[in-house]
Amino acid sequence: MTAFLRLLFRNRLAALGAAVLALILALVILAPLLPLPDPDATATAERFARPFSPGHLLGTDHLGRDLLARLVHGTRMSLAIGLAAALAAAVLGSAIGIVAGYAGGRTDNIIMRAIDMLMAFPYILLALAIVAALGPGLLNALIAVAAVNIPFFARNIRGITVGLAGREFIDAARLAGMGHGRIILSELLPNVLPVIVIGVSTTVGWMILETAGLSFLGLGSQPPQADLGSMLGEARAALITAPHTSVVPGLMIFLIVMSINLLGDGVRDALDPRLKSGALSRPRATTRVDRKGPVPDAPAKGLLDLQSLETQFHVGPRVYRAVNQVSLHVGRGECLGIIGESGSGKSVTALSVTGLVASPPGVVTGGAVRYEGEDLLGMPYGRLRAIRGEKIAYIFQDPLATLHPLYRIGAQMAEAIQVHHRVGAKEAEGRALELLRAVRIPNPESRLRNYPHEMSGGMRQRVGIAMALANDPEVLIADEPTTALDVTVQAQILALLDELRRERGLAIVFITHDFGVVAQLCDRVAVMYAGRIVEQGPTAEILARPAHPYTARLIACVPELGGGKRELAAIPGLPPVVDKLPPGCAFAPRCDRARPDCRAGEIALAGSGRHDVRCLHPEVTP
Amino acid sequence: MAGYILKRLLSAIPVILGITVIVFLIMAMIPGDPATAILGSYATPENVEKLNRDLGLDKPLAQRYVIWLGNMLTGDFGRSFSLNRPVLDEILDRFSATLILAGTAFVLCSLIGILAGAISAARQYSLADKAITFVVLIGISVPSFFLGMMMILLFAVKLRWLPVSGMYAIYGGGDLPDLLAHLAMPALALAAVATGVVARLSRSAMLEVLRQDYIRTARAKGVPEGRVVYGHALRAAMVSIIPVLGIQAGFVLSGAVYIEMVFQWPGVGRMLVDAILKRDILLVQGGVVFVSACYVLFNIAVDVAQGLLDPRIKT
Amino acid sequence: MTAQTMTALTVTGLSKTFPVSGGLLGRARPGVRAVRPVSFAVEPGETLGIVGESGCGKSTLARMLVGLLPPSGGSIEIAGKALDTADPAAFGRRIQYVFQDPISSLNPRKTIRQIMEAPLKLLHGMDRAARAARIAEIFASVNLREEFLDRYPHEFSGGQAQRIGIARALAAAPGIIILDEPVSALDVSVQAQVLNLLAGLKRDFGLTYLFISHDLAVVEAVSDRVMVLYFGAVVEIGRAAEIFTSPKHPYTRLLAESAPVVGRALAAPEQKDSELPDPLDPPRGCAFAGRCIRASAVCRETDPPLEKMGDTRFAACHHPLED
Repeated sequence: MTAFLRLLFRNRLAALGAAVLALILALVILAPLLPLPDPDATATAERFARPFSPGHLLGTDHLGRDLLARLVHGTRMSLAIGLAAALAAAVLGSAIGIVAGYAGGRTDNIIMRAIDMLMAFPYILLALAIVAALGPGLLNALIAVAAVNIPFFARNIRGITVGLAGREFIDAARLAGMGHGRIILSELLPNVLPVIVIGVSTTVGWMILETAGLSFLGLGSQPPQADLGSMLGEARAALITAPHTSVVPGLMIFLIVMSINLLGDGVRDALDPRLKSGALSRPRATTRVDRKGPVPDAPAKGLLDLQSLETQFHVGPRVYRAVNQVSLHVGRGECLGIIGESGSGKSVTALSVTGLVASPPGVVTGGAVRYEGEDLLGMPYGRLRAIRGEKIAYIFQDPLATLHPLYRIGAQMAEAIQVHHRVGAKEAEGRALELLRAVRIPNPESRLRNYPHEMSGGMRQRVGIAMALANDPEVLIADEPTTALDVTVQAQILALLDELRRERGLAIVFITHDFGVVAQLCDRVAVMYAGRIVEQGPTAEILARPAHPYTARLIACVPELGGGKRELAAIPGLPPVVDKLPPGCAFAPRCDRARPDCRAGEIALAGSGRHDVRCLHPEVTP
Repeated sequence: MAGYILKRLLSAIPVILGITVIVFLIMAMIPGDPATAILGSYATPENVEKLNRDLGLDKPLAQRYVIWLGNMLTGDFGRSFSLNRPVLDEILDRFSATLILAGTAFVLCSLIGILAGAISAARQYSLADKAITFVVLIGISVPSFFLGMMMILLFAVKLRWLPVSGMYAIYGGGDLPDLLAHLAMPALALAAVATGVVARLSRSAMLEVLRQDYIRTARAKGVPEGRVVYGHALRAAMVSIIPVLGIQAGFVLSGAVYIEMVFQWPGVGRMLVDAILKRDILLVQGGVVFVSACYVLFNIAVDVAQGLLDPRIKT
Repeated sequence: MTAQTMTALTVTGLSKTFPVSGGLLGRARPGVRAVRPVSFAVEPGETLGIVGESGCGKSTLARMLVGLLPPSGGSIEIAGKALDTADPAAFGRRIQYVFQDPISSLNPRKTIRQIMEAPLKLLHGMDRAARAARIAEIFASVNLREEFLDRYPHEFSGGQAQRIGIARALAAAPGIIILDEPVSALDVSVQAQVLNLLAGLKRDFGLTYLFISHDLAVVEAVSDRVMVLYFGAVVEIGRAAEIFTSPKHPYTRLLAESAPVVGRALAAPEQKDSELPDPLDPPRGCAFAGRCIRASAVCRETDPPLEKMGDTRFAACHHPLED
């Protein structure tokens, strides 16, 4: 709770809204104690007194009643009615939504059809119909406003509940012996509650506005009782001659609604976990580059050469060193594997090459990425864009998420060509067709007209590969391209990649967590742990004689088909979080060969240059 | 696609029927004797009985509903006692005025809202983003009727640029420029809130989309940034913006009631409020059913637009 | 019947058909047969591995076995006692489930203690003191520190959360645990820890496991017998030690040849360029015929039954592979 309030008031606008609202609340709560005249006492002799006239700070209205007194009492009334309507709508609507969402099936269907029916009305017509039937009056206006807002809560909460009801922890609760009532109250409600609170805090201002609106039309509070809406409604006749009678209640409504909206937005931001991490910021076109040290200017090795690359994530005060001093190179026709577990920095390394790391929070803080000798990191956006997809192309992990859902396959492939070359639509499509054939998609002509969701995972990944090949790139960076696929499909995709590399002389950087895949496809491999390369060298040699204890243990703990039932060699402990790395070797806490010197300081990647290891006490000397 | 449109149109029938049931049931909640309520407490018993018979109030509820529905299907919405003319004639006269006002406001709020939201998201945290966010915040917090009144004070009374109220000048006028001059203030006042809501939603939808993997794919292909944002991202964001436009159309139609009161616009909203205050139940009933049915049809158009945009929706 | 001869779990003709909503004209559709009648038995203390690719029905099968999904037909017998009502609480005391996504299987708004207490309280009616003692005992056996009990799920790594999920399943004191891809969401270095823990628990508590995975090597390493599913049906079942080295069913061979193995040259295994059949329009004969290089006319006409082919081996194929 305190964490929530701290988060809430760190948002200055929310704090401002809270302050204004607190002031108004204090005013209306203390109203009976304030030395105010009777709000309903008429004095026609003093009608339309201007503000700051003696005895009437805000002046008087058309019946000579004191505006300040009426304002305070009217505000009290409007706030009470608006809050009551919001709470009634939230409680009833949420209850309907939770029950419908949890029950599912026919119950859900019937309830939601009824709710849809209510939402088919423009909401005020429903409210007007209710008021017409019940007769004008403040309580009836409250009922009308609450009733028309129930569907909004019911729909919203139902949507959230359906998502939650499909989650595994609900199944787990059923297996733990919980009944439906208990699941709704103890499993669902606590998870839905923040959404209800967000719903109330973002709509209560709206409901105050609505009740004021009905009163403004003369359908809410009846004279002489005042709320802000009826004050404004009565003042309308004298808008031109005595504008202050309109301005005073109008501004008050504005202030209340604005402060509630500011506070409500703050509550939403503080409760919505996605916003907590600041994740909802827009990634820039390229990763921000802010190199602290000098740019390395060693002559480039191979076609693509990463030199002491450093990429970090800056989240609030924390700095995650995702990629730390990584040097790699790959030449024409060569396949380099980068292997590591999640969080090892292998994907960030790959994305850093052409500035595709989401930024914020990603920042490239050092090193160079040389393509044909030229540094991509310091390049202006226009030059870098010309290289993306033209010289260096990517294949990503999940082809459903990485293809645009609303464009046809053919259009997406043609675009890849047309953003780099001036070719007509016809020619681009012809080229796309050729590419689909090259990746051996059956019926390529009809496939061009497909949308991604109409294809299977394996076919989509073939499209992803075809699109990467669209401009005959020199370098192909494949970021776990087969992880989301079934094993029989994976085998086909790997064979295809291997064939393409041999045919086209492609340089491939292949990122994976699977030694079996690396062994089959890659000439050389780099093993990453906690943002660093701990070992790199020819694949066959590393698999046969791993030098780094991490490499050795990682190979040992992956079972291989054909070994029969057996005990596996596990690595104790967990990979470290890269925002607080221990000094020295990051693997030392999990390593059985570690000695005090491992934890002392920086350890260099050393070896023959062909096979290097970052270890003081390697399993073998490379 | 034609099949999909037909399917959607057919699906409107139960919804509109449901609307008539709800309206009928609400009206059946009227406490006491409706004939007395309509005629006032000074009515003679004979008159009350006659009206009861005319309204069919002596019959059971279900039968009354069927009769009422059947009459409406033949275009007979009953007769307004306060205006002493057929309800449908009055509604049709008034509806075109509301349509002009609400339609203009809807177009304004969609165009300005989406554009402002997209710009705001594309330049997150820039001066433009902050300015738009600030204006939007004011827009969604100010009551439209108060905004309208303040506009009258400023543009009509003080600056004398625009007419105070009405739809056409009483003497002369009646042409398009005259209409536009009268339309400007009410349409803007009506659009303000909806513009704010659309802009906010567009901004968050764009921010959500810009983080998606397929945007990274577009960048990896070398697609220029302008096209990434206003092509790939905006198109995907429209999938969540369009349904909100449908909902906002309902809000604009609702807000029109207030604006018509403030600007003396001769639309359905003012008619309904007057009818409620005069307890002209048949006019209220007919007006609510007619406008709601039109709104249902509009929402079908929104669904069709969504179907055209998003191939994942089964057509 | 003595406990020695009684099977831990007997499944007979268990099937699941999901209804498909008809078209506009209300054409009656047969529905999607997610699991076609499946029969098998698991001996006490055995680990039965279940492998198959996405869409093969392995998760549907698992959910039926714990009562989360009412079967369309067939019966489930646990230790000689039939359980055919879909009441998870009735199942919960005898058979438990460990979920694939460890984080998602823990309610984010509950402490670990609350999560652990639910089965003890609701399935076994233990009082507070008994619950505390039992939780301490279980936590010790899965190598979790008791201080974790007052934390919330988001504070744990995937491996730790999966241990908690296993601890929750153990709390119900079941005889059988269904492990649904229990390590596929975990990093390889953590996978082995969890697999070894599971092996130890099985020894200590005399458990019977059904281990579902798409990873052949993992299944082979932990199972006594393996059952291969394809398109909702069992295509082959046999001893783990031999099923992948000498498969009878061409699909089993395809799976085994597709698994990347160090030292084997890269080549796409022999299969036709076609995909899983459309579940809405299943083929008449063998579901694998469209991809099978051995398929003949009879394969496309009649669905092969599961037949005994060797001591412990069963396969559903008209043209089984020779050894």
